[in-house]
Amino acid sequence: MHNEPSTSPVHDAAQHPEPVTLPTERPAGCPFDPPAELAQLREEQPLRRLSFPDGHTGWLATGHSVVRSIMADPRFSARYELLHYPLADVGDIPPAPPGEFLGLDGLEHTRYRRLLMGKFTVRRMRQLTERVEQFTAECLDAMESHGGPVDLVETFAQPIPGLMICELLGVPYAERDFFQEHVTTLFNQAASEEERGTAMAAMMEYLQGLVLAKRAEPTDDLLSDLTTSDLTDEELSGVGVFLLAAGFDTTANMLGLGTFALLSNPDQLAALRDDPGLAEGAVEELMRYLTVADPTLRSALEDVEIAGQKIKAGETVLLSFQAANRDPAKFLEPDRLDLHRKATGHVAFGHGPHQCLGQQLARVEMAVAFPALLTRFPTLRLAVPAEEVPFRANMNIYGVHRLLVTWDKE
Amino acid sequence: MDITLHRDRCVGAGMCALTAPGVFDQDDEDGRVVLLDTKPSPAHHAAARLAAGLCPAAAITVTAAREPGSSSTP
Ligand code: HEM
Repeated sequence: MHNEPSTSPVHDAAQHPEPVTLPTERPAGCPFDPPAELAQLREEQPLRRLSFPDGHTGWLATGHSVVRSIMADPRFSARYELLHYPLADVGDIPPAPPGEFLGLDGLEHTRYRRLLMGKFTVRRMRQLTERVEQFTAECLDAMESHGGPVDLVETFAQPIPGLMICELLGVPYAERDFFQEHVTTLFNQAASEEERGTAMAAMMEYLQGLVLAKRAEPTDDLLSDLTTSDLTDEELSGVGVFLLAAGFDTTANMLGLGTFALLSNPDQLAALRDDPGLAEGAVEELMRYLTVADPTLRSALEDVEIAGQKIKAGETVLLSFQAANRDPAKFLEPDRLDLHRKATGHVAFGHGPHQCLGQQLARVEMAVAFPALLTRFPTLRLAVPAEEVPFRANMNIYGVHRLLVTWDKE
Repeated sequence: MDITLHRDRCVGAGMCALTAPGVFDQDDEDGRVVLLDTKPSPAHHAAARLAAGLCPAAAITVTAAREPGSSSTP
């Protein structure tokens, strides 16, 4: 399929190369870098044909500028049922369940987004700084009293975003351990399919109950506020499940993988530890460099001419955020982690109408958690050889399953 | 410098308030962009332009107004 002889004598192979398949293999020994072939494909053509495992021929967008344009273009749909999946032939993709507005377009999407926007502003999220500091300190206390080595994913990277989601949704304190336990099972790859199914059912049932409780007795939180909107109980608990799915695994993996990236770049780690003023810029650069939520998909609703190519209605475009965030046309020496650079303009939170709703919360969590970890444990280091750290390959969100760390006791 | 908002497009991502807090804010209720200063001082111009470029919904337009005495400064 890749080397079919061209039937046309004037076929210009440089302009219209055969469809490629999606490279997924990261370079050996460089777990933070995207597959090397992606860089080559981007250099040849930032938008090109891509073969999907179900036989569909769609597109692969790798250039920063074209990725941004397509993400912002209303002629492309985010509806799940219009998409082809890039990693396996999964057949028809069902539409988004109630509350999961990432899979909706236009007014159906803004109906949800507008209800939630006011709850995720920069100011509101910064008001949560003290809570994040408190949760982080509790996690660090627990690590310290346990003593190294500990799994940083379990003790630090997962509990912080989990507790912040509890805070947002208004999960009562007495129910937080139950909530956290099911959430971690839900996103734990070591758990069996059955265990995860049970955890998912328990979470959904729990959130349905929570919505009813908030309707009966509103408290000061997002779910209670939304009970006065036109959302049904099903849509409301669906929003809860979706916020959990969108906000937990992403942030947890940024904290886990981000710590590993810092430990692998000791000069950068020292720079951040010694200068708390660097935190906000460091978060942007870690987001760009690691781009854990990748890729995303869109489907053309009509024929679109873009970047010198003609995309036909119904064709799926795979948008490679990691390739875009390593585009040398946008970022100098893109493969270098440099906490001092201006990484603004990265697309690690997406772009366009679906750009991450929780990004200001994620920023606060990371800007608090990374420096707090490094100041509490200045001698933090891996407790296993770097090659033995288990990576999450070919999953929606990239990261590490476990990160065993230790430190010198005072 | 002139700034025009298209608040109907705003998706409340907060990039403007994050990037140019002296020029943009977000409404506490609906999360949408609010202009704090229709004619920001030159010290804020670069940040305002950056914010307009970063907006995921193209809800901010920045145009360079002809300022007396400054013919071609960026
Ligand atoms: C570092 C952590 C995070 C990363 C890397 C991340 C990444 C992303 C990306 C790339 C998208 C766009 C997907 C697309 O357009 O296909 C997105 C959307 C979204 N994110 Fe995040 N996210 C993070 C944290 C959060 C948090 C903490 C929350 C909420 C508590 C959240 C809630 C959402 C929601 C609701 C959407 C869908 C928005 C819409 O469709 O309008 N995210 N996120």
